[in-house]
Amino acid sequence: MTSSQRNTLSLSRPDKKLAALLRLCALVSAAVVLLIMLFLIDESRPLLDHLQLSRFFTDRSWHPVQGLYNLTPMLSATLFSTAGALLLALPLGIASALFSRFYAPPTLAAWYRRLIELLAGIPSVVYGFWGLTTVAPWVARLHPPGVSLLTAILILALMILPTVALTVDAALAALPVSHYRGAAALGLSRWGMISGVALPAARAGIASGSMLAAGRAMGETMAVLMVAGNVVQHPHSLFDSVRTLTANIALEMAYAMGDHRAALFASGLALMLMVLALVGAAELFKWKSAHD
Amino acid sequence: MKKLILVVLTLIMIITAWSYLKIEGIHFDNEADIEKLILTGSSTVAPLAAEIGKRFESLNPNVRVDVQTGGSSRGVNDARAGLADIGMASRALKDSEADLHSYTIALDGISIIVNEANPVTSLTQQQIIDIYTGEITNWKAVGGNDRPITVVNKAEGHSTLELFLHHFGLQNTQVKPHVVIGDNQQGIKTVAGNPDAIGYVSVGSAEYEASHGVSIKLLPLQNIAASVKNLRNRTFPLSRPLNLVTKNEPSGMIKTFIEFARSEQVNDIIAAQYFVPVAP
Repeated sequence: MTSSQRNTLSLSRPDKKLAALLRLCALVSAAVVLLIMLFLIDESRPLLDHLQLSRFFTDRSWHPVQGLYNLTPMLSATLFSTAGALLLALPLGIASALFSRFYAPPTLAAWYRRLIELLAGIPSVVYGFWGLTTVAPWVARLHPPGVSLLTAILILALMILPTVALTVDAALAALPVSHYRGAAALGLSRWGMISGVALPAARAGIASGSMLAAGRAMGETMAVLMVAGNVVQHPHSLFDSVRTLTANIALEMAYAMGDHRAALFASGLALMLMVLALVGAAELFKWKSAHD
Repeated sequence: MKKLILVVLTLIMIITAWSYLKIEGIHFDNEADIEKLILTGSSTVAPLAAEIGKRFESLNPNVRVDVQTGGSSRGVNDARAGLADIGMASRALKDSEADLHSYTIALDGISIIVNEANPVTSLTQQQIIDIYTGEITNWKAVGGNDRPITVVNKAEGHSTLELFLHHFGLQNTQVKPHVVIGDNQQGIKTVAGNPDAIGYVSVGSAEYEASHGVSIKLLPLQNIAASVKNLRNRTFPLSRPLNLVTKNEPSGMIKTFIEFARSEQVNDIIAAQYFVPVAP
């Protein structure tokens, strides 16, 4: 006991070296993020210099070749598709983690976890291809054209499901055994223990898992590009075709020049700011729940 | 804490400085022996010219082919001003550019495609315009099933879109699409998966996919079938030549390169990018 106390108060020499190394790595990572921001601003400056910022929100449409730069339909498409995918994937992912952690027999749980890991490893373009050739025609039977916000949400939910399932599973696994022993001593049922002890205690892990999943959904490009339809418009229903910010960049970058190119970098900047806002909101949530 | 902030700031400054410094490439080649060929212009021709250039370099180790994009007009202007050895233009030369020499290396055409299950076998120019501007929204109006039309358009900036709009005299702001696609493959997959869709893609890729069992149908334009054959004999109306442009009668390495780009030695490269070769 005494030795562990000394270790936490003053670091031993190898620990100090390691701490310095880790600090350096952390600094480099932070610098890389800042550099990316600088780069995006620098590349979109040719446009920002002579275009009022409000034009990105008030222009009639997105037709950069004709000098129209409204980004808001793509912001809303990105938000809706991410939120929709999270709404579907969260309950399913949590249920899947609870199953493998508390209900499945150990052998089945191990195999089940491996299966979920496999699902996480499938390249996004495969999901997109499957979505375009299978899911989209199926949605089209309900309401044409088939490639739509709904299709994008379904595919994205499937893609982020393993992220949610695996992080929640890991968060549950990290809980101290004493929690479960205490719950058992109180005579709680299995569900009582899950809902009363395990899930509340793993709240921070579940929250960071959903943030990770939301980040992946927001940044996903290829699959969404193939199934969302890519028409720049505010969706009026789930069956409307939408274009996300990432799809916008991937669709137009190859042939964009001059102001058009700069406008695409500006949309990349908008995406970056959205992700920052998301991370900020998550930090706020964590801080609040820690001070409750 | 102060020390930490200082370290962070220094690090960021160093890395920023790095990224903005342009590190010049070190040349190991003997500059005197290397002949440089500069091509500028059309973004449609550039990927093709770059591939041809690579093969040309491998056959002529003393030549470096440098390809830069910037649009057909830049290609023509740079060739005239002598800024480039060869200009690239994805269109025929205009009357005002008749003083220049142009050499067609490939042909590009666009075909209207619909799903194979669609009973419609031809559309007039006006019908296509009405469908794309949202005047006609049901296949019944043009002799098909009573089904809503799914209009497939190309993303802004693609040369296929420009060619399509120019041929039908449209502005992109007038087009009312239901789906916007990037490359030809995505367009073909979209139309093949939706029996009510109409789209347009490169003739070469559409003909290839249709002949390999993909359920799409190429519609004729002004009664001329959309096919590589009709592109090659220059009767298909929605097409354009991909040209290399020079100021003077080409000679030396420029002449060799243009002859190489027009020879059957590069037909596989041209076909791989879904253009139509001119060499037999």
